[in-house]
Amino acid sequence: MAHGPGRAALYAAVAAKGFRRYATYRAATLAGIFTNTVFGVILAQTYLALWAERPGLGGYDQAQALTFVWIGQSLHMAVAAMGGGSEEELMERIRSGDIAVDLYRPVDLQLWWLAQDAGRACFQLFARGALPLAFGALVFDLALPASPGTWIAFLTAVALGLLVSFGIRYLVALSAFWLLDGAGVGQLAWLVGMFFSGMMLPLNVFPGLLGEVARVLPWSSILQLPADVLLGVHTGTGLLGVYAFQLAWAAALLAAGRALQSLATRRVVVQGG
Amino acid sequence: MDATERPVADLPAQRDGQEVIHLDRVEKVFEVRRRAGLLRREKREVRAVDGLSFSVGRGEVVGFVGPNGAGKSTTIKMLTGILTPSAGTLRVAGVEPARDRARLARRIGVVFGQRTTLWWDLPLLDSYQLIHRMYRVPDARYRENLDRCVELLGLGDLLDVPVRQLSLGQRMRGDIAAALLHDPEVLYLDEPTIGLDVVSKANVRHFLADLNAERGTTVLLTTHDLTDIEQLCRRVMVIDHGRLMYDGEVAGLHRIAEVERTLVVDLATEMAPIALESARTVKVEGPRQWLAFPAGQPAAPIVAEIAAGWPLVDLSLREPDIEDVISLMYAGRSAG
Ligand SMILES: Nc1ncnc2c1ncn2[C@@H]1O[C@H](COP(=O)(O)OP(=O)(O)O)[C@@H](O)[C@H]1O
Ligand SMILES: [Mg+2]
Repeated sequence: MAHGPGRAALYAAVAAKGFRRYATYRAATLAGIFTNTVFGVILAQTYLALWAERPGLGGYDQAQALTFVWIGQSLHMAVAAMGGGSEEELMERIRSGDIAVDLYRPVDLQLWWLAQDAGRACFQLFARGALPLAFGALVFDLALPASPGTWIAFLTAVALGLLVSFGIRYLVALSAFWLLDGAGVGQLAWLVGMFFSGMMLPLNVFPGLLGEVARVLPWSSILQLPADVLLGVHTGTGLLGVYAFQLAWAAALLAAGRALQSLATRRVVVQGG
Repeated sequence: MDATERPVADLPAQRDGQEVIHLDRVEKVFEVRRRAGLLRREKREVRAVDGLSFSVGRGEVVGFVGPNGAGKSTTIKMLTGILTPSAGTLRVAGVEPARDRARLARRIGVVFGQRTTLWWDLPLLDSYQLIHRMYRVPDARYRENLDRCVELLGLGDLLDVPVRQLSLGQRMRGDIAAALLHDPEVLYLDEPTIGLDVVSKANVRHFLADLNAERGTTVLLTTHDLTDIEQLCRRVMVIDHGRLMYDGEVAGLHRIAEVERTLVVDLATEMAPIALESARTVKVEGPRQWLAFPAGQPAAPIVAEIAAGWPLVDLSLREPDIEDVISLMYAGRSAG
């Protein structure tokens, strides 16, 4: 399929619409900010107790551990480590057969949904991320960097993490073409995402082989690595190594998504009248 | 007489000879898996389209009717390229739909009555702006098409309204506009009047008739509402169980089965059968009477006449039933 420069403008417009769509649900946004903040407080208290018991656990001091909590809560919706992004809508469209409408358009299905998800993530990063982080920084002692360079490096890692997260969620969504009752896949993705992104506990706390495996799985790109970039764990060539790791996973997952997509649209049948 | 053998070459719109849609012995078989016990699964084949052949000339408005499950939507999906036929060949505007879906997409417009192409949570205009980009419609052309649709479909006050707040009829008009902004040569409409009220239906029909007259757009219209066909199409194809039962002029359908609408009238008291020129009274039951009239005729003058001459209390309109027509066709065939 051809993708000229005019296409970039289209997908930018799709991303902008994605942003606007989420912006229309103000009450949901407020409720989400409240939930993330409350959850952040609970997790922070838990971490405080844990790090008091085991100082320096996983190589973090107390302030770094607390920072990890609040970064996690701020990125929670934006990077959709446990699902909850545009893939839910895609899955629903596949089940209901509305996907037919998406398929007869002269657009690329994967780029279309990626653009939409990027727009959604942008909205949720700023609208749902900023307040919980500000609250955390006011109430707790966090190890937030002062240098704008570190913040830029962090946001870059978040963007790459989003690509990886989308790559995983797109595969999960496409499974609906085959599994008409895909609730099981969604739940599995939720559980694995929560555990292996570091949303529950930082991955460097995981012991032995489990920790090593967790760190090379794609989910580490979504929260653990961006958080470590913000905490200054990775700089210089180490930072480039992080980006390379994220890019490699993103490329592999997006390529798998394309392959599955062409299989799905060629072989599988669109539901309903 | 086998209705499918009726020649269609004498239809006016086909005179220029240019074929836009062509199907040759097209089949679509779905494999349905069903649980038949704890672990055992049963495979069953559903022959949704069964050896369908027809062609549509440039500028024709063709009705495609049949009961639920006849294979209409499946045919439309194959014609857009989102379903691959199990056998046979299809061509639309010189292109094989399933192979060249993206290229074909720029030349066809599609409206699925039960689905929407519009973005649910955004104002109507936002959807149109995206479509503008998606199909790379030149700016001036986009403006012209949009203005025309807004005027003729009465969308002026709706452009800023989020789609989820539109009524079914408003949404359908919005969807039809969305399918036309890129100047498609061919428009497929799959049940565009389903669930609409009488006024919205009439609006949609008028608009489509104008579109065909002014732009020469080829229209393939799927419906189970025979009134749509009577008022819009010169040619109709009747399909049942995936097979073509009839392909020819709408007028020819009348020779097989009278396509009538029925007015159910409640009078204040029991009275003698209503006698009118324009409708025949087919049944009387106490104060209620049934009046049948050709589906191509408007109902309003008949209603006015009854209201003027009889103590009218209540009335309702029954649309002609495609199932009735088809059973008459089967009856006619087995009779010889
Ligand atoms: N995705 C599908 N899987 C299995 N059977 C299907 C599928 N889509 C349609 N069918 C079957 O094919 C037949 C024709 O359906 P359809 O084309 O939707 O009919 P219509 O639009 O005329 O009501 C029906 O028996 C329907 O159940
Ligand atoms: Mg249908």
